[in-house]
Amino acid sequence: MFNYESYLRLDKFPLIWCSGCGDGIVLKSMIRAIDKLGLSKDDVCMVSGIGCSSRLTGYVDFNTLHTTHGRALTFATGIKMAKPRLHVIVVTGDGDATAIGGNHYIHAARRNIDITVILFNNFIYGMTGGQVSPCTPKGKRASTAPYGNFENAFNISGLAQAAGASFVARATVYNAVQLEKLIQRAIERKGFSLVEVLSPCPTAYGRRNREGTPVDMILQQKETTVSVAAAEKMSAEELEGKIITGVLTDVERPECREEYQKLIDSFRKEG
Amino acid sequence: MAEETLRRKREAEITINTAWCKGCVICVELCPEQVLVMERGKAKVAHLDKCTVCGLCELRCPDFAIVVVDKNKSPKTGE
Ligand SMILES: Cc1ncc(C[n+]2csc(CCOP(=O)(O)OP(=O)(O)O)c2C)c(N)n1
Ligand code: SF4
Ligand code: SF4
Ligand code: SF4
Repeated sequence: MFNYESYLRLDKFPLIWCSGCGDGIVLKSMIRAIDKLGLSKDDVCMVSGIGCSSRLTGYVDFNTLHTTHGRALTFATGIKMAKPRLHVIVVTGDGDATAIGGNHYIHAARRNIDITVILFNNFIYGMTGGQVSPCTPKGKRASTAPYGNFENAFNISGLAQAAGASFVARATVYNAVQLEKLIQRAIERKGFSLVEVLSPCPTAYGRRNREGTPVDMILQQKETTVSVAAAEKMSAEELEGKIITGVLTDVERPECREEYQKLIDSFRKEG
Repeated sequence: MAEETLRRKREAEITINTAWCKGCVICVELCPEQVLVMERGKAKVAHLDKCTVCGLCELRCPDFAIVVVDKNKSPKTGE
C-alpha cells in the first residue's frame, strides 16, 4: 500500500531489532510522514545516539549520523546552526535522551531550536539488556531493579513542555496512523518539536514485567492511553495510571537559529 | 456507471517476504478478518478471499515483511 523502498538502505536489511519490537513500526510511520510532506531526501538529516532505537539511522537513505550515547542533540544543534535549510530529525531512546543526555535534552528544548525529536520510550535500556532508565515506571522490574523500581519516573513530554518546546505530542505504535500525523506536524512546526512514542520492547522490558507477547503489549497501549480530549473530561483519580496521547503543546515561539540570524544581520547592516 | 466504477470490488494481493519476517504474529493476530496464519515461524496467507485490503497488517508489521495491494487500484492513485 505504501512503497518504502526508495527511503531504505535495503542492503542493511533485515532489521537488527528483536521480533515484535515496536521500533520498526515507528520507522515506517516516520517515512510515511516525511513522504507526505514531500521533503527531498537530501534536505533531511537524521541524527541518532546509541541504543536499539538509535540503530534506525543505519536503515534510512537520508543524510544520517549515528553519534555517541546521549549526544545526538548536540550534533543536531551544530548541524542546524550551520545548515538551517536542513530538516534535522533526532532519533533517540528514553535512556539516551533523559539519562546520559538529559542535560542536552532540556537545553535544546529551552533554546527552542528547530529540531524534531522522535523519542522512542520503551521504559528501559533495551540495548544493554534491560537496566532501569529514568522513564522506568515505579514498581516495574529491570535487571538493575529485580524487586521493582523504587524511584519516580520522568514525564519526558512534560519536561520538554516545561523547558520551552514549541511542539510536544505523545503517540503509540498501536495507533500508527495518528503517530504518522503527529510526526508530520512535529516536522512542520518550527522550533523544538517532540514526539514521544511508546514503543514496546518485548525482550528487555516485556518479558521481565510479564507483559505478554508483542501483540499483548501493543493492545495494552490501547487500554492504558487516553486522548487529550478524553482526559480533559476525566478526574485526577480517573487519570491515575493513564497515559495521555495526542498534541500536548503546539505554540509559536521564537526559534533559536532565526534569533541568531537576526543578530548576524544586525551586524551586517551596521558594517 | 460511475457508481459501478466506484464500487469495483477490491482484490487483494498480499506479499510476504519470508527472509525479513521474524514471526512476531502481529499481522496474524491483528488482522480483523483472520486472513493470515503462521507456518513454520513465518506469516502466511490462508484466506485471501476474506481480505478487505484494510492495510492494518502492513501498517503494524515492524519488519517491512508484508505488503498488501489492491489489484484493482493503480498504485499511484491508491491510498
Ligand atoms: C558513554 C556510554 N555509556 C554507556 C553506554 C552503554 N549503553 C549503550 S545503549 C545504552 C542505553 C540504551 O537505552 P535507550 O537509550 O533507552 O535505548 P533503547 O536501547 O532502549 O532503544 C547504554 C547505557 C555507551 N554506549 N556509551
Ligand atoms: S531489546 Fe527491546 S528495544 Fe532492543 S531490539 Fe529488542 S525488543 Fe527492541
Ligand atoms: S489488509 Fe486487512 S484484511 Fe487484509 S490481511 Fe491485512 S489486516 Fe487482514
Ligand atoms: S507482522 Fe511482519 S514480521 Fe511479524 S509475523 Fe507478520 S509479516 Fe512477519
